[in-house]
Amino acid sequence: MSPSMLWNTLLMSLREIRRNTLRSVLTTLGVIIGVAAVIAMVHLGEGATRRITNDISSLGRNLLFVFPGAGRRTATVVSAPPFDIADARAIAEEVSGVAGAAPSAGGAGLAVFGNKNWRTGITGTTNDYFRVREWGLAGGRLFLESEELAGSAVCVLGATPRRELFGTADPLGATLRVGAISCEVVGMLEEKGRSTFGDDQDDFIAVPIAMFHRRIAGNQDVGVIFVSAVSPEATTEAQRGIDALLRQRRRIVDGADSDFLVRDTKEITELASTATGVLTALLGAIASVSLLVGGIGIMNIMLVSVTERTREIGIRLAIGARAREVLLQFLVEATVLSTLGGLVGIALGLGGSYLAAKPLGLPFVLVPEIVVVAFVFSAAVGVGFGFFPARKAARLNPIDALRYE
Amino acid sequence: MEGAAVSPGASVQRAAAPLIALRGVTKIYGRGEAEVRALAGVDLEVRDGEFVAVMGASGSGKSTCMNVLGCLDAPTGGEHLFRGVEVGRLSQDQRALLRRHYLGFVFQGFNLLARTTALENVELPLLYRGVSARERRRRALEALAQVGLEGRATHAPSELSGGQQQRVAIARAIVTDPAVLLADEPTGNLDSARTAELMRLIATLNRERRITIVMVTHDPTVAAWASRLITFRDGLILSDVRQEPAR
Repeated sequence: MSPSMLWNTLLMSLREIRRNTLRSVLTTLGVIIGVAAVIAMVHLGEGATRRITNDISSLGRNLLFVFPGAGRRTATVVSAPPFDIADARAIAEEVSGVAGAAPSAGGAGLAVFGNKNWRTGITGTTNDYFRVREWGLAGGRLFLESEELAGSAVCVLGATPRRELFGTADPLGATLRVGAISCEVVGMLEEKGRSTFGDDQDDFIAVPIAMFHRRIAGNQDVGVIFVSAVSPEATTEAQRGIDALLRQRRRIVDGADSDFLVRDTKEITELASTATGVLTALLGAIASVSLLVGGIGIMNIMLVSVTERTREIGIRLAIGARAREVLLQFLVEATVLSTLGGLVGIALGLGGSYLAAKPLGLPFVLVPEIVVVAFVFSAAVGVGFGFFPARKAARLNPIDALRYE
Repeated sequence: MEGAAVSPGASVQRAAAPLIALRGVTKIYGRGEAEVRALAGVDLEVRDGEFVAVMGASGSGKSTCMNVLGCLDAPTGGEHLFRGVEVGRLSQDQRALLRRHYLGFVFQGFNLLARTTALENVELPLLYRGVSARERRRRALEALAQVGLEGRATHAPSELSGGQQQRVAIARAIVTDPAVLLADEPTGNLDSARTAELMRLIATLNRERRITIVMVTHDPTVAAWASRLITFRDGLILSDVRQEPAR
């Protein structure tokens, strides 16, 4: 088969497709929808993954979380002793690669101001918390050192309780009742918005941890320690150092599992990416079913077309077309149809996901690999589903085909 | 050959080997009770430059014989030689190549590709010969001019009269310079004025371009244009006479 023959066959099939525009469009509709769906799913999925990654890094850069609890290997939840403030201080002072460590103890309580009340989280912590999480102030100040040491009744408001209790009024200097304690509002935090997992990060009130321990919790427990490493590269080193330090402080014998976890945002990002990746793959797989259906649509119309053009095939055979040339003609026609459908589908899928990304609050990220894959796949659909009708055409007997009415 | 009259195309005798030869050709359709002997042992020689008309009632075997001559069908028995090559032994693809390079077809129903311009229809056989686009166009326009359709190149068959359509079909058949033009009832769908026009064209092609013509017809006035008249009956040649062609 010479290249010029292939080129001529291609031109011939384009002419044939143009001659029957409406039918060609309807034939390829299945492929168009299939490809558009796959492209849109993958691009929106990629956007979602990107957003999650961004969100997690917004928790704070180079952030590590230290939780009491069972190691990864044990499936059962083992209750582990909590940390204390000294643990956090030891991490900050002794582990290399650590920039800061903030102990945090949390509970929930009712905050009341005037005739309004709001159920919110109460977090006992230190000023390190705001530094580690890179959380700026919208107004007022953080805790004074004296307030931290004394456990004074002061608080820093998250954006949500501030809005719920004060509306647009200035809360600074106001006295708020948190649970059973009255405390003075000294600062208010910037708004961070919802986290990846949908919870409101701004819905809490921070108080000095000494105050929390003494007057709210009644114990000295620290639930989570937030640690920031000096650089992204230092997180691994810091993680290892924290692990060693805490094993020593908690007297865990060599070989035994740790009763605490050190996680960094990278791991959480990976975890979340894996989850959205699985979801994207699943949606893509469902979408590719419609691509299959599109292929069957092409086969259907090509079979009709072969029957309809029996006489034409007879003429071609009579003037000297070989069976393989007739086969090639119909195969090329099916492939051109499905490839054009694929191109339209890619355009629609990209355009659609670009337009949909904004209202969904997702970034638009081009995934060139999937565009190439979709293109190749749509061409393959044409070859695959075009073969049977093409073979049917090629096997026609010229005499019968010429006589066909 | 019985009743052979001296043909004005004396060149017929010049060629040493016949262009086409059928020797004891049989064609049998079906089996057992349903067996039909369409050809019952036909011997026939056609020489270069001849203009042969084939007549006979329907079912006489003339169409089957045309299919064999056109290399569209292989005989059940006997030999079919084209320029000394045994066609019966060729594969389907080899027969297709033989048609491509040596044969041109004209059918009763014109058999042009619908919604395709006259020019593209005429170019079609050249496409399969791998002729370049520019050369295809040039030769197709030339062939259209030869059949008197210069101005109709961009017309689709539906925009042409029956006579014009058949002339496009002839242009398609001769654009490759075939050795033989096989015409199956070429005037079957035309009125008498168009018939005369078309026969004049076919006779001219035979005389001036020395294209051998084998033509099936029902119409004695059409057969009269040929220089040789073969009549079929019951799968056999009933008569084979040379005649003075009409002008």
